[in-house]
Amino acid sequence: MDKENVIIELVGVSKVYNETVAVDNFNFYVKKGEFVSFLGPSGCGKTTTLRMIAGFEHPTEGKILLNGKDISELPPYERPVNTVFQKYALFPHLDVYDNVAFGLKLKKIPYETTDKQGNKVTKYRKLTKAEISKKVTEALKIVDLEEFEWRDITTLSGGQQQRIAIARAIVNEPQILLLDEPLGALDLKMRKEMQLELKEMHRKLGITFIYVTHDQEEALTMSDTIVVMKDGQIQQIGTPEDIYNEPKNAFVADFIGESNLYEGVYMGNRKVRFLNHIFDCVDDFAANEKVNVVVRPEDVTFAEAGKGMIDGILTEKVFKGIHYEYTMMVGRNEVTIQSTESKEINLPVSVNIAPDLIHIMKKDMLSNVYDDAYIDNDNRVIIAGGAFDCDVTQLIPGSHLDEEGYVVAPDGKMYDFKDADVLADVAFSDIEIVDNEDGGVVCGRIVSMIYLGNHYQVLIRTEDDEDFVVDTEYTWNEDDRVSVLIPAEKIRLKLRGEASKYVKN
Amino acid sequence: MSKIKFTRKWLALPYALFMILFVVIPLFLILAYAFTDAEGNFTFNNLLTFFGNGSSINTILVSFIIGVANTVICLLIGYPVAYFLAHRDMKMPAVMMLLFIMPMWINFVLRTAASRDLLFWIGINGGEYPYLATMIGMVYNYLPFVILPLYTTMTKLDYSQIEAASDLGARPRQTFTKVILPMTAPGIVSAATMVFMPTMSSFVISDVMGERKLSLIGNSIQLYFDQGLWHMGSIVAVVMLLLIAIGMFATKNVQKEDDVRGTML
Repeated sequence: MDKENVIIELVGVSKVYNETVAVDNFNFYVKKGEFVSFLGPSGCGKTTTLRMIAGFEHPTEGKILLNGKDISELPPYERPVNTVFQKYALFPHLDVYDNVAFGLKLKKIPYETTDKQGNKVTKYRKLTKAEISKKVTEALKIVDLEEFEWRDITTLSGGQQQRIAIARAIVNEPQILLLDEPLGALDLKMRKEMQLELKEMHRKLGITFIYVTHDQEEALTMSDTIVVMKDGQIQQIGTPEDIYNEPKNAFVADFIGESNLYEGVYMGNRKVRFLNHIFDCVDDFAANEKVNVVVRPEDVTFAEAGKGMIDGILTEKVFKGIHYEYTMMVGRNEVTIQSTESKEINLPVSVNIAPDLIHIMKKDMLSNVYDDAYIDNDNRVIIAGGAFDCDVTQLIPGSHLDEEGYVVAPDGKMYDFKDADVLADVAFSDIEIVDNEDGGVVCGRIVSMIYLGNHYQVLIRTEDDEDFVVDTEYTWNEDDRVSVLIPAEKIRLKLRGEASKYVKN
Repeated sequence: MSKIKFTRKWLALPYALFMILFVVIPLFLILAYAFTDAEGNFTFNNLLTFFGNGSSINTILVSFIIGVANTVICLLIGYPVAYFLAHRDMKMPAVMMLLFIMPMWINFVLRTAASRDLLFWIGINGGEYPYLATMIGMVYNYLPFVILPLYTTMTKLDYSQIEAASDLGARPRQTFTKVILPMTAPGIVSAATMVFMPTMSSFVISDVMGERKLSLIGNSIQLYFDQGLWHMGSIVAVVMLLLIAIGMFATKNVQKEDDVRGTML
């Protein structure tokens, strides 16, 4: 790694608010002059990370190094970084000129002078009015608002205010410019224009930009490097091309661009099975490993009828301007296709997918595993604070329950599993979601949803930060409050420790 | 043919009548009394008598000084209180606020008399220290009127603006003088007008707390009317009206003041 040009580095940075982990062990560096975007859904920790770099928050753990020096505890006013705020945060009591000049008027610059003994000493002076005026004019020119110097802030439109906010930051010539969703409040057209302008500004100024956004298109358009975040953790760091073409996991694939996501099995020998077909591919995995497969809609191409790799029926067609977007049903799986070809719907079609356009990803998890579960005195298992009915006899093969609730082994030994620590394992498809908080055993909030061809994979998080990953055919909404049920026979239990501990005397 | 239709403007009628009866006519009455003598002839004599009298000038001066002092002291105490009440980390701001404005709910005369007795008990005798006792009584009575408008402006402060100042290199003290203070200026002006003017014209507080040892404009108006000198009383009222008008004019340039004061009730 070439650390010569690194301007800022975050080493093991974590931020915890009242026991909630907002940023979790963040390790990352930015090179001088780079345009880096933190991308992720709300609550992923991207703004917190930015605020730690700005100095508004201090990391609970870890270090922030600017040019190799630890600045973690420096207050914002001593850091050579400036921020463009989401809601501009301009000063309404000052006009445009004074807003932009705010930082310059506070600045003191060193100069060399000779004292009475003739020694050279460094003293500090404020900028002169002429110097300030020159810089302000230049900054306003960069944002194309040079005529607006004496205007009142409140008379400006949102886009103009945003430009002033940018001018106010860049006029100080910061080493890093931080931008916290600066275009969020603008309308679509204005946003697109500003994206290009910001990129142009970045090129001209040569300052390092760190940009926070939840808009994947914005990040793809502007950045040199994208950091995809979720739940305070980095999911992937890479160039826009890398992230789009080689997503590391299902979350990244789903979040960036449109994608067809499937569950598949790697057959070995560069072959992968999904959509009931065995495709050639270019990735290497262990044979028979369960994997996630992503295929971008534009990478599915129509073939001559009956001569493609898979056959299906087109069920939907939407005109999108430069292409059509089709939905094809292959059995019970949906395939989204983008093509410039116009096809009739409700007719059978054949499609091909080239081996190098099939991207295979390791599955994060194969099932829900709770290693801190335990058995209560009614032979139920406690998972995420909820008591689920379960079959405790599976802990001793061939055993059965007696009338008092003790587990009787085939050899006649009796076991009392009260408070026994167990490992509980539940398949994604064995959990049921109930749409009210009282109907299930444990309730939580739907954090994310990913469509996997023929079903959704829903992530439900409880208040204690326990997760349930559920496969379901039904559509839910993010942020819904739901509860979960698990059929007793679907909870697989394994004792942690020796069974002999629990023998009843 | 025009029919009389019920339109929205008719709703303003009761208020208009009220204003005419209780504001416009009394004002003209005061003016009429101020510039006439006992026989009803127009005269400037009342005005000349008032300004020719050393004690009247003294009264205005004392009222003015007490008004300014009360305003400054109330602001010095009320500003930090409002700032902390409005701070985002403040737990239960409504309850804290209640503690500060609760005294306003107790009868004014009772509250003033009680504070006199309290001061007497701790050794500040209104007869001996009329100015000190009056000042304490004034600050106690008017503090809530300062805290409320200041609190309202401060809750409107956008925390990101304070962060922006810090981000642009302002140390905490510079952030205060260059951002927080100017942005809360409307609240300060509003608070000041709500304290300064009533202080100058109040007479109960100075009467009760100062044991009648000092006389403010309000006291002298009350005295003239008690003695049946309506024409003299009216001219003092007119002078005070002018003073208040000048005060209002001096602060009218500060914007957004009204929506701050509007939250008082």
